[in-house]
This record gives sequence, structure tokens and C-alpha cells, in this order.
Amino acid sequence: MAVPVLDSTLRLSVPLILAALAGLFSERSGIIDIGLEGKMLGAAFAAAATAALTGSPWAGLAAGVGVSVLLAMVHGYACITHRGNQVVSGLALNILASGLTAVLGVAWFAQGGRTPQLPGEARFLLLEWPGAAALRDMPGLGAVYGELLSGHNLLVYLAFLAVPAVGWVLYRTRFGLRLRAAGENPHSVDAAGVPVPGLRYRALVCTGVLCGVAGTYLSLAQSAGFINDMTAGKGYIALAALIFGKWRPVPAMLACLLFGLLDAVAIRLQGTDIPGVGEVPVQLVQALPYILTVVLLAGFIGRAVPPRALGVPYVKER
Amino acid sequence: MSAVATGPAAGLPRWAVLALLPGLNLLAAFAVSGLVVVLIGENPWQVVRILVWGAFGFEEAIGYTLFYATNFIFTGLAVAVAFHCGLFNIGGEGQAYVGGLGVALVCLHLDFLPFALIVPAAVAGAALFGAAWAFVPAWLQARRGSHIVITTIMFNFIAASVMVYLLVNVMARPGSMEPETRGFAPHAYLPPMHEALGAVGIEIAASPLNLSFPWALLCAAGVWLFLWHTRAGYRLRAAGASPAAALYGGISPPRQVLVAMLVSGALAGFMSLNELMGVQHRLVLEFTAGYGFAGIAVALMGRGHPAGVVLASVLFGALYQGGAELAFEVPRITRDMVVVIQGLVILFAGALEFMFVPALRAALLRRVGG
Repeated sequence: MAVPVLDSTLRLSVPLILAALAGLFSERSGIIDIGLEGKMLGAAFAAAATAALTGSPWAGLAAGVGVSVLLAMVHGYACITHRGNQVVSGLALNILASGLTAVLGVAWFAQGGRTPQLPGEARFLLLEWPGAAALRDMPGLGAVYGELLSGHNLLVYLAFLAVPAVGWVLYRTRFGLRLRAAGENPHSVDAAGVPVPGLRYRALVCTGVLCGVAGTYLSLAQSAGFINDMTAGKGYIALAALIFGKWRPVPAMLACLLFGLLDAVAIRLQGTDIPGVGEVPVQLVQALPYILTVVLLAGFIGRAVPPRALGVPYVKER
Repeated sequence: MSAVATGPAAGLPRWAVLALLPGLNLLAAFAVSGLVVVLIGENPWQVVRILVWGAFGFEEAIGYTLFYATNFIFTGLAVAVAFHCGLFNIGGEGQAYVGGLGVALVCLHLDFLPFALIVPAAVAGAALFGAAWAFVPAWLQARRGSHIVITTIMFNFIAASVMVYLLVNVMARPGSMEPETRGFAPHAYLPPMHEALGAVGIEIAASPLNLSFPWALLCAAGVWLFLWHTRAGYRLRAAGASPAAALYGGISPPRQVLVAMLVSGALAGFMSLNELMGVQHRLVLEFTAGYGFAGIAVALMGRGHPAGVVLASVLFGALYQGGAELAFEVPRITRDMVVVIQGLVILFAGALEFMFVPALRAALLRRVGG
């Protein structure tokens, strides 16, 4: 029981982790990003459509990342160049993405908004680790190796490798230091001779790339094609996880794993009685990530302090 | 009132900021929408013709346009009131949804009341439940400093879960697998306008447009009176414009946050009157269908003024109704095209609000000789 639940936890939390890391770049640089959902959805559609036409998952990944970066740049153009409201811009992109993917999907593929079912070679397939099949039936470590660690697709491993990578970029490189400074006190960055807009644009490129991978994962790895509104709020859950992880890579990943676990448990809880408790409403488990985030934001369990300059357009002093 | 605007559009004449700038933004949104239509391979002019005809071309269409507009007026006003207190209420969707619960509880359990009593009771139910759902994020913002944008987003999702649970496990019609309640009693229906006006001798075509529409217009007038002609409205706007100055003037900004969000939530809750008592006559899943989010576009387009909100609502109502006709006439373009236009309007009229300011400044002020 435990290993399959953890196994699906891993798979369900991958898009959350990638999207939360994406949001990390944007928000630590001072740009609110509630548009993670839209970027993922746009990327999922572009990836599936491209993979369906070319038959190559790599072309799909490139298209997904491309569309996501493009949307991130529109966000940047509105928020950085024109100092527009960051929440409004993110919301606009979410609505735009949900409308465009539906309209273009029906017009191009005429399958009620779906993209064509992808054959195996156009997707990211599961990678079997050496000896996994032999060890799978062995209890304990064998099952952990055979089922939990082995047998995922490339993007799953990529997501978990991205966590230390993002941590390294953020805390150990010059770019990361400047990025964090831009989110806390952009004037200090400016005083050091680094233009804040350029820095924030670069942060948004990182956001776009990671959201693109997250969206691609949904349509090319987890499913075999694009389905209407297939992100289904995952972008918002990732945002919640980012806040829950207090805008730090490893805690954000742990929050994503927790929310992924809740999702995995919710699927299994459907219609089962827990001794002494009775039937737990699935909806309660599904709403828990949001409830927990609100409770955290309210300061009842620890305190989530956002980057100080988050949401404030930067105006250079003259 | 000064003749010259301040803020990012400083220096421009007032008429340019109030009319020309929103007009240009809307035009830009429509232009990009036209590009999407071209991308699909249809003729944008043809699409515009069908849209306008579908929304205003015949008497029934106008009824439908105003029916959709009613939803937008309520959610648009909700967002606008919060705006004036400096708050961004993204939770209209959830507040309208929970407001619908209030309406349904009244209509299902107080149906021994006559029509004249059940309607005000349902209005109160919608307001109470909508406001209650807005109260928690408002209180968390006012007292604990939690960012209201994030909490209202979370509350939308929590509302969706709560309503699914209630509709599937608690309120579902006995013996039915459908996630919906039993139908309301006929005297808990809001009479459609063609019946209401027919009773006083005015003949109009049949449509779902119902008594919620005049109620929405009343609410718009009420919001205008409240914001600009009462002390409470002044306090609310003062706290929004400058919390520090408001505090110095003896106004408690946290208190105003609560007031603004309660009013906002109640207005959003009214949307359910139109949908549930006007058309559905029962509580159904996801009857809010994105109207709460669309309210943000409406409020931005209407620049936060009730009159602007009503105008923008008619525009969006026309897009919805025209979009339905469009999907019927041109099957390759689905109703989601309206969602695309909505997103673009929010982008250009909201986030890129001042994109044309430099160009306008160059064009207008040079001629004046400034």
C-alpha cells in the first residue's frame, strides 16, 4: 500500500515542483506570478500539438517551453516595462491561455478541444533502472528501488534535480544574489550598477522555462495528449506550495510533495471507510492544500513573509 | 475636478484618460482577437458581423445580452467596490457560488413563504452567504496581514470543494445521482421581464432576462450613492487612497477593509439570484461559470465607476450572447473565443492600461503646444 501511494505522490507532485520553482524565480525577483497556471496550460497545449505534428517529444518540449517563455515575456512587458498591475496581468494570461488553448484546439484538431492521442515514441516514456524488474517483488528496499525510484520518465528526475540546481543558482551565484536583492530592495541593485528591469526579465525567462517543462510533463508524460483545462488548478496549488515553502526551494519542494501526497490519498480514499472515523470526504482532502496555505498565511503555523519588494513596480530614481 | 489627470497618465486632458485611453485599449484587445480569428482561418469581419447581429440583431437577442449583462453587473460592482478600498478581490467566483447556497437554502426551506416574502429573504440569503465567504479573507487581511489576493484565490477553490461536497452528499435530490438540489417551488422563481412587463401592458420578446436586471441597476445606483455620497463610502475610499492619511483623519483602515469586502461579497452573491432563481430554478454545480473572474475585466473596463461597470457589462453580455450565435454559425469558432477576448481585455485595459500614454502624450500635447 505505502509504496504505490508514494509512487503516485512522486508523479503528481512533479508538475507542482516545477511550477513552484518557476514561481520562485519570478517572486524572489519581485514580480508576483499568479499566471503559473496559464503558462503551464499554454505549454501543455503547445507541446502536445507539436508532438502530434512532428512525432518528437523533444520538439514538443521546445514548443512548450517556447510558448511559456513567450507568455512570461508578455507578463514582463506589462509588469516591468509598463509597470502594470502584476496580479491583473497574471490573471489576464491565465484567462487568455484557457481560452486560446480551447479555441485553437477545436479549430486545428476538431476533436472537441483535445489534441490527437500521442503514440509512445512521441512521449516521454518510463525509464526502467537496471535490475528493477527483479527487485520489484522483494519487500522493503527492493520495492522502493524497483517501484519508487525506477520506472519514471526523464522529466520526473529532471524536476527533482532542478530543486538543488535552483537552490544553487539562487544562493551561490552572482545572478541569484542580485535576483534576491531585486526582490527585497531593488534600489540596492540599482545602486550597484545592475539594471533592475533586465534582471527581472531574466528571472521571468527562468520562470517561463520551468513552467514550460511543467506543462510539457502534463501532456507528454503524464497523459498522451492535451485535454481541455488539463492543469485544473495545479498552477494555483504550486503557488500555494511556494508560499507554504516560504519562497525557498527545498521547503517548497516538500510542500509540493505534501500536496501531491494529499492528491494521491484523495484518489484512494474515494468511498473507503476509515475505522473510527468513517468516510472522509474526498473534497476535504482535495481542499486541504488551500486550507493549509490560508492557515499559514494567517500566521497560525509559522509566518510566511514574502520578498519585501514583491508586487511593487520599480521606478528608477532620478 | 481638475481638467488634467494625475498619476501615470499625468498631463493628459481628462477626456483623453476617461474615453480615448480605454477606447484604444479595447481596440487593441479586439485587434489581437481578430488576429486569433485569422489564425484559425476565418474572416474577422464576418465574425464581427455575426457577433453584433447575434447580440443586438433581434429582440430576443437583446434580452439574452441583458441577461448575461446582469451577472456581469453584480460581479463587476463587487470587484469595483473592493478596488476603491485598495483591495483586489479575486474571490468573486467563490463568493457568488456560496451566495447561491444562501439563495438555495431560502428557496428550499422557506418555501412556505409567499412570493413577496421569499424574494427579499433570498436576496438577504445571497448577500449574507456571499459576504460571509468574503469575511474570512477580509478579516485575515485586516487583522493578520495575509495577502487578500492569495487568500481569495484559495477561498475560490475551497468554495468549489465545499459546494461539491454539499451537492453530492447533503443537498442532492433524494434518489438522484445528479449533483443538484430538487427544484425550487414555482413561487420562488424570479419572473422573467417579458412576464413582468406584460402584466403592465408592455410587450417584449421572451428571454431569460428577469427581475434581477432592474435589481442590478438599482445596486449600481446604490453603489454610486454609497461610495460618493455617504460618509461610510468616503471612509472606504479614503482608506483605499491613502491608509496613512485615513488613519490620521480618524478612520481605521482595517475596519474599512472589512466593510469593503462585506459589501463586495454581498454584491457577488447577488449574481446567484439571476442564475438560480431566474433560470436554473435549483442549485447546480458550477453555475458561476467564470462570471466572478469576468467581473474583474468588467470593473477594469468600467474604470471602477458603477456607470462604467454597467456599460462594460452590456459589452460583455453582448460578447457572450453574440459568441453563442457565433459558435452556432461558425462551428470552428467555439464560445471559448469570448474567453480569449475577455483575457485580452483584462490584459490591455488592466495590465497594459497606460501602454498608449507616451504615444498619446506626444500626439496631444504637441498640438496644444505644450
